[in-house]
Amino acid sequence: MMAMELSGVSKSFDGFHALSAASLTVAAGEVHALLGENGAGKSSLMNVAAGLYQPDEGRICIEGRDVLIDGPIAAKRLGIGMVHQHYKLVKAFSALENVLLACGKGRYGKSIADVEASIRRQSAAIGFEVDLKRPVGALSVAEQQRVEILKVLVEGARILILDEPSAVLTDKEAEALLGVIRQLAARGAAVVLVTHKLAEVQRFADRVTVMRGGRTVASVDPKSRSIADLTALIVGEVQTEVRKPAAAPGAPILKLTGVAGLRADGHRALADASFELRRGEIYGIAGVGGNGQSELAEILMGVLRPAAGSIEFDGVGEIGGDGARRRRELGVVSIPADRQAYALAGDLSVTDNYAVHGIRSHRFGGWARVDGRTAQAATAAAVAAFEVNGVQGPRQKTALLSGGNAQKLVIAREFATQPQVVVVHSPSRGLDVRATAAVHRRLCDARDNGAAVLLISEDLDEILLLADRIGVMSRGRIVREFAAPVDRQAVGMAMVHHD
Amino acid sequence: MVDFFINWAANVPAFAVPFALAALGLIVTEKSGVLSLGAEGYLLMGALAAAGASVVIGDHSLVAFAVGALAAAALSLVFALMAVTLRANQVVAGLVMVFLAQGLTGLIGTQQGWTNRPIAGLDRIPLGPLADIPVLGPILFRQDMLVYLTLPIFFAVAYLLSHTMVGLRLRAVGDAPEAADAAGTSVTIYRYGAIIAGAAIVGLAGAYLSVGVAKMWVEGMSGGRGWIAVALVIFARWQPWRALAGAVLFGGIEALIPRVAAVGLQVPQYFMLMAPYIVTLAVMVYANLNKSTERRFDEPRGLGQPYLREERR
Repeated sequence: MMAMELSGVSKSFDGFHALSAASLTVAAGEVHALLGENGAGKSSLMNVAAGLYQPDEGRICIEGRDVLIDGPIAAKRLGIGMVHQHYKLVKAFSALENVLLACGKGRYGKSIADVEASIRRQSAAIGFEVDLKRPVGALSVAEQQRVEILKVLVEGARILILDEPSAVLTDKEAEALLGVIRQLAARGAAVVLVTHKLAEVQRFADRVTVMRGGRTVASVDPKSRSIADLTALIVGEVQTEVRKPAAAPGAPILKLTGVAGLRADGHRALADASFELRRGEIYGIAGVGGNGQSELAEILMGVLRPAAGSIEFDGVGEIGGDGARRRRELGVVSIPADRQAYALAGDLSVTDNYAVHGIRSHRFGGWARVDGRTAQAATAAAVAAFEVNGVQGPRQKTALLSGGNAQKLVIAREFATQPQVVVVHSPSRGLDVRATAAVHRRLCDARDNGAAVLLISEDLDEILLLADRIGVMSRGRIVREFAAPVDRQAVGMAMVHHD
Repeated sequence: MVDFFINWAANVPAFAVPFALAALGLIVTEKSGVLSLGAEGYLLMGALAAAGASVVIGDHSLVAFAVGALAAAALSLVFALMAVTLRANQVVAGLVMVFLAQGLTGLIGTQQGWTNRPIAGLDRIPLGPLADIPVLGPILFRQDMLVYLTLPIFFAVAYLLSHTMVGLRLRAVGDAPEAADAAGTSVTIYRYGAIIAGAAIVGLAGAYLSVGVAKMWVEGMSGGRGWIAVALVIFARWQPWRALAGAVLFGGIEALIPRVAAVGLQVPQYFMLMAPYIVTLAVMVYANLNKSTERRFDEPRGLGQPYLREERR
């Protein structure tokens, strides 16, 4: 009898198929790894098991019985405990209060004593040390994770789901955690380990299920497969080649040396990035999301100040301390990943959003007066040239454009003046095939016109398709560089191998 | 000088109680993550309903207080519906409550003929021999019933918030609604409960204004005390006992106004009336300048944010 069987599970969000007929079988006493790229559906599938998402279709079978998991409480009652990637902890509460919140029963005074005893028992059994009294918001990430795991154990979970538990840990912490996970399995728990780290899987998992594009594509014994085999399963086999003229790279235009960037919470997400951008080439940054790509993009846009390192612009010198305005004057344009937040004002008209690039150049009027007619004419021309569909009139609200057309509008604006450096982050996110192709064509055109294009994308296919050179980013550094033509497996491997 | 001090100090509790209870009610609501700006409205509603009840049923102060609390609680259902169920902007919904209550209480008061009509109200109850202690007696033990009750109410609410499962869940809902939800606590139910209970306590403060202090209903008689209570909560970092201390401070300033006039000191009247607000301003500046590290967990993190499960993106 299997601890947990998920079969034929499908789930879509606003027409996007996060899961299509995914299946997973986990036995008690085993560590079962769930592998896949970002967006492959690993977290979605586990959220279904934990009762956070209701599947559109599919069967869930726990310990031999067909069940309906209609919420986190139902999952808890069935003995399913999930440690989320983003911890569900009350930061102001102590570890004790957090566990109490999740599994306190009856009177406060009595349950707090029960819970404390239970935590001490569990943590002694697996060798955890946690400060129970301090607010968890003041604890380190690794400690917070331990609190989450203890919470799940005190609840009496027999099926443990850990969503990318080692992603936020140092190597040493991760090693210790995986040891604990093995112990838990040895004591009879079924453990699902969501991850994208192959080395981890080979050392610690009994079985591995691979997901790709919302489907479960294989379920194998990781020890019988080589890393290359597993990589092939994760990234898929064959790729359609797209013809684009070979690059004619010119002189370097932007040189980054040891650039570091801090996230809002003080975490050094971008540790030490060094690379060179050349005119007339597309430089692709590949890597699993959250390894410093967003910070790199924000630093180049001028939104985030670098914490260390230098950014040299050819013929100008250091521009690391300059803001977005100065960068634009130099011809550094950007197409951010979150276009609704950073690139467009949804409530304003298409014309306003397009014409905003002409403010400093007084192209559409001076500081006191906006020349609406010129702006509208220019917008109409750009809309036609960049094939932005769905624009009913110049005053239409930008929020009404579809994702693809909004992206085309952003590109039309950014390319309105001849760009020198184009910083693009996940340009095809949420776009369909046709829109993606149009966006890709624009990037290639920019390259052929002599601009340097920096393409940051979590979609490996996109990078392989467009980039002339590829830098693989991991833990805030460029760990390897490849020149096209590139071996897909080699890039995939560099992405997941941190050592 | 001693007489002046005793007279002033003996009046402080009566001025402090409305601030204290209003702030306490706001703390209950805001600990659940709902920003409550409607206090001024609940004060008015409680004051009107309690005065009206006194007119209609005669001299039963306890009943009048209960009616005041219930009326404010009933009014807060409108706010709860907007802020929790419909996930409206809590700032706007709170302001709407103030204007709604101002209009509604004015209308009902006039229509029912309750406005400016004297009622019996609360008497001061000397506590036996304690009341005869020199200095302390008149200050502490010759007060009315609600002053005596305020301390137990504070004990009860503070205990509920920090030493019961209900309080734990309420704070969790306010600090990390997604964590509370994952732990099986209904964010909706707890927020409704916190809004209604909080409004009832603010309503009690309002009832005290009409039945306890003025002994009549006067249109707009809350006179901005609800707004001061909002500031007081921030100053108190959402902690009941600090709010009580703040209320005594504000009550002390307010109690000074009639005393100073009675002594015949020449201080511009408008300056004195302005004093509480100047202190409020100073308090806000102080509270925002002093954000030390151990205090950063005081403010409910979910404050002002509607909660919706299964949000993607």
